[in-house]
Amino acid sequence: MKPITRIHSRTAVLADENIDTDRIIPARFLTTTERAGLGKLCFNDWRYQADGSDNPAFPLNQPQARGCAILVAGRNFGCGSSREHAPWALLDYGIQAVLCSEIADIFRNNALKNGLLAIVLDEAEHRWLLEHPGIELTIDVREQYIALPDGGRIRFQLEPFARHCLLNGVDQLGYLQQHGDLIDAFIREREDREAAIHGRTPQQDQSRLAGVTP
Amino acid sequence: MSAKTLFEKVWDAHVVAPETADTPAILYIDLHLVHEVTSPQAFSELRERGLRLRRPDRTLATLDHSTPTLPADASGERPYATAEAKAQVTQLETNCREFGVELHGWDSADRGIVHVIGPELGATQPGMTIVCGDSHTSTHGAFGALAFGIGTTEVGHVLATQCLLQRKAKTLAIHVDGALPAGVGAKDLVLHIIGEIGVDGGTGHVIEYRGAAIEALSMEERMTVCNMSIEAGARAGLIAPDETTFAWLKGRPRAPQGAAWDAAVAYWRTLCSDEGAVYDREVRIDAAKVRPTVTYGTHPGMAIAMDKPVPAARNAVEKRALDYMKSEPGKPMQGTPVDVVFVGSCTNSRLSDLREAARVLRGRRVAEGVRMLVVPGSEAVRRDAEREGLHQVFTAAGAEWRVPGCSMCIAMNGDLAQPGQLVVSTSNRNFEGRQGKGARTVLASPATAAASAVAGRIADPREYMTEAAA
Ligand code: SF4
Repeated sequence: MKPITRIHSRTAVLADENIDTDRIIPARFLTTTERAGLGKLCFNDWRYQADGSDNPAFPLNQPQARGCAILVAGRNFGCGSSREHAPWALLDYGIQAVLCSEIADIFRNNALKNGLLAIVLDEAEHRWLLEHPGIELTIDVREQYIALPDGGRIRFQLEPFARHCLLNGVDQLGYLQQHGDLIDAFIREREDREAAIHGRTPQQDQSRLAGVTP
Repeated sequence: MSAKTLFEKVWDAHVVAPETADTPAILYIDLHLVHEVTSPQAFSELRERGLRLRRPDRTLATLDHSTPTLPADASGERPYATAEAKAQVTQLETNCREFGVELHGWDSADRGIVHVIGPELGATQPGMTIVCGDSHTSTHGAFGALAFGIGTTEVGHVLATQCLLQRKAKTLAIHVDGALPAGVGAKDLVLHIIGEIGVDGGTGHVIEYRGAAIEALSMEERMTVCNMSIEAGARAGLIAPDETTFAWLKGRPRAPQGAAWDAAVAYWRTLCSDEGAVYDREVRIDAAKVRPTVTYGTHPGMAIAMDKPVPAARNAVEKRALDYMKSEPGKPMQGTPVDVVFVGSCTNSRLSDLREAARVLRGRRVAEGVRMLVVPGSEAVRRDAEREGLHQVFTAAGAEWRVPGCSMCIAMNGDLAQPGQLVVSTSNRNFEGRQGKGARTVLASPATAAASAVAGRIADPREYMTEAAA
């Protein structure tokens, strides 16, 4: 993952509360086996009209919202399905940060793992941003603030590990693998206990899988 | 030692490395469930990095989401909705072969919805950590397992290391006191709970359901309740295992046998919140107040007893939701004309759910102009239901009896409603377009779904149950 330190953009606003991941990318597009190219399907059923043309009522289709990389969304953004296709689609569409007073757990987790900044703000600040679409913001990941055009700052908190990974482009799978010895030791110890607790020995597990070789 | 909640006990038993201010915990995963939709990119990642599975023996895969629910034709060809859907299924078959994962595919007698077959096989057990690239993994919490949905990147983490990076969640106790009235079930209860606490009422928390009304539930009903925990935004839902749990698990293919069973049960008995354990939040619900409940908006928190008037919109978003649903404030949902009825999904597709629907449908017919689809959760459910003749009850009533799968719950396999149609559905999400573009979903119990199919309008199942009993 590329390190991310700063994002500078105007904001686009989707004020609806509870925008679920089915709305971000409808389930019928989940038959893909790739993660690339989902931007054109982002918000599909909201964004296009029946004839395939742009829906003028969709806020992100407004001329002033085009090209905005910072999305201010209504409370509880990303609720529902755990599909990581949602952050993939948003990123490919051009959104690099979502600002919200509350973001659904799984979505936030998925977003941060893909370098999409999912930032939770105070309600008052969130409300203010909802009411002021199109303002220029700079998000500073290292110092954890959002710079407003008038020089004011909104502070935010990212989970420290997520922030560290964003700033340094840390590969989390690589991080887990670095703890391979610890994990191996845990599994060895647990296997003995598992045999007692869950009633199956590792050998039995192996025989159950006989004939299937990786 | 200080008193611990059930969540803390299961969490503590799986910590490989504890969390610090700067780093999340490394949490060991006992069981990883895999399906075709959220796994292909994770397997690709492993392939690119030249990695293998850390524990193929703790990984179980099935086909459920994109699979057709109409049978194969004479040549064995299955009616996939798109070539892409078929390719996705083939990809999982290839991935499982290449990486040595046990797959319950088309040829398996145990294939089914991932959250139905885990428990059925006895793979889901108390005290485990269970994950799947699917938010309704919370279902398995009914057994006292810490079970939650993860994204595809994390699916890759678990495939490669059998571990996840996790921050410990907060705890929310939901005490359900008293007893549910006759004819009111687990689905009504959980819709009522989400209506009370809201779709974000559980965000950041693991819910533990407790109290007399929860203890009185069967395992199937507990699964229905835990399944919908995610609809309140919770990471997971938990119910402490008890005699009901042990009796249900005993003798299942993957459950411990003989002396190991006794050892397991002795351990499982310790899996309850200690006296004096402290939760971050607590909520009390009175079971006696729950009535047949349905949704009237476009998220599961917009739920209400079907005979109560739909509340007025409090803001523009709710107004839009009511407009989309064509729900009228001040009027109850009961009596609303119905186009489609769907009985299925990991929330309500187990044998007991089908029996509940059949009890209402027996000797009756689906109303003129209503299409009803009954989709069993697994091959095992299908076999059991057919052995009891339930399929004949459904087909005699004019409903369609299908092959197991997620079907119209997610509508990505071609089973879907047309724009504007009102669907009474036993699934878990009434999001805009979830069951087809423009489709209007009303979530309900299997009994309510069946009663509504017969009436052609949203109907109170209790009226039909009394008649059937008389
Ligand atoms: S039945 Fe519905 S909710 Fe359950 S796993 Fe399938 S798509 Fe997800």
